[in-house]
Amino acid sequence: MVGAIRRLGALVINGVWQLGFMARFFWLILVYSGQSFTRIHLTVRELYFSGVMSLLIILVSGLFVGLVLGLQGYETLQRYGASDSLGTLVALSLVRELGPVVAGLLFASRAGSAVTAEIGLMKVTEQLKAMDMMAVSPIARVVAPRFWGGVVSMPLLAALFSAMGVFGGWLIGVVVIGVDDGAFWAQMQDAVDFQYDVLNGVIKSCVFGVAVALIAVFEGYDCVPTAEGVSRAITRTVVSSALAILALDFVMTSFMFRG
Amino acid sequence: MSRTTMDLWVGVFVAMGIAALFFLALKVGSISGSDIRSPYTLSARFDNIGGLKVRAPVKVAGVLVGRVSEIRYDNERFQAEVVFTVDSRYKFPTDTFANILTSGLLGEQYLGLDPGGEEKTLAPGDVIRKTQSAVVLEKLISQFMFNKAAEGEPAPAK
Repeated sequence: MVGAIRRLGALVINGVWQLGFMARFFWLILVYSGQSFTRIHLTVRELYFSGVMSLLIILVSGLFVGLVLGLQGYETLQRYGASDSLGTLVALSLVRELGPVVAGLLFASRAGSAVTAEIGLMKVTEQLKAMDMMAVSPIARVVAPRFWGGVVSMPLLAALFSAMGVFGGWLIGVVVIGVDDGAFWAQMQDAVDFQYDVLNGVIKSCVFGVAVALIAVFEGYDCVPTAEGVSRAITRTVVSSALAILALDFVMTSFMFRG
Repeated sequence: MSRTTMDLWVGVFVAMGIAALFFLALKVGSISGSDIRSPYTLSARFDNIGGLKVRAPVKVAGVLVGRVSEIRYDNERFQAEVVFTVDSRYKFPTDTFANILTSGLLGEQYLGLDPGGEEKTLAPGDVIRKTQSAVVLEKLISQFMFNKAAEGEPAPAK
């Protein structure tokens, strides 16, 4: 009994401790960003690894999500004789919710876990300490480029996901089922507002980018420097990124779309 | 520092992302509001506005000419006052008729204007006097029911 209470207390204190360390870490990244931007090729390299390498999974998943939305949406809408609104349904659900959220989840498991593994392994092999010895700040050299690489690529990936999804919905709706092409696009353009829908979706994806990138670099930097510790850190990255994305999505949706 | 193929790929990636954003902005969601140039405001009073909302379209002969900018309740006349902005390219006669219409059976409600025959045109800030309220389905049905009931009654004895 006492042991259980003690463990619970340790868990809570550890959590608060970690949260505080994370906030300080975020501040440090921002402070050292200027230094790391003087060597922009480091950030470009991370943009390649987290952005370009995630391109395939994002595009293919976006296409499939769009195809499914097209099929399911048509199935329901045609009962009410509103199958012309298929474009609206596909575009709004992708631009507002599915684009940022699903792209964020995929990005966390594709790129976030890789960043954690990389930084964690650097810590295990004491490369971070060696850098510190040579008066090279590991945060400026290793962490900040990875953070900014994730922050920049996330909104671009979410936009690509949404665009691909709309294309998938069009493919099923117009090409396969035979919804009128003009009605599909016209109703979509009528209902989707640039500021209200598209811009809010982009803001969401930017916030998810910051959250996922911060969690990924933090878990890598904070991991226990053993093989088991690195594997645990990777798991935590994926789990807490997913939770953070879904929770933040709820909070932002309740602010943005109150109708 | 020399150029690498990695830079090329990152460039392709960023260009694709920005192209996707433009696609979403222009093709999926038309950037609305920009097509209404140097707008002026008019207003109209209705007994009932139904489900009209702010930013609802204002149409003449089916063409979008403006948007509803404000809806408020006039406590002295017990009416709803709808303020809307119209593109300054379009002028309307003073006896223009304002209706609240519905696009399609289940579509959104919009403000429809029917221009009259007067020579003088409405100036910015003017109020349209001739209006027709939104059709409220419940009232329509109850009217229909009363008419039916009246028909069914036996003729009063003489």
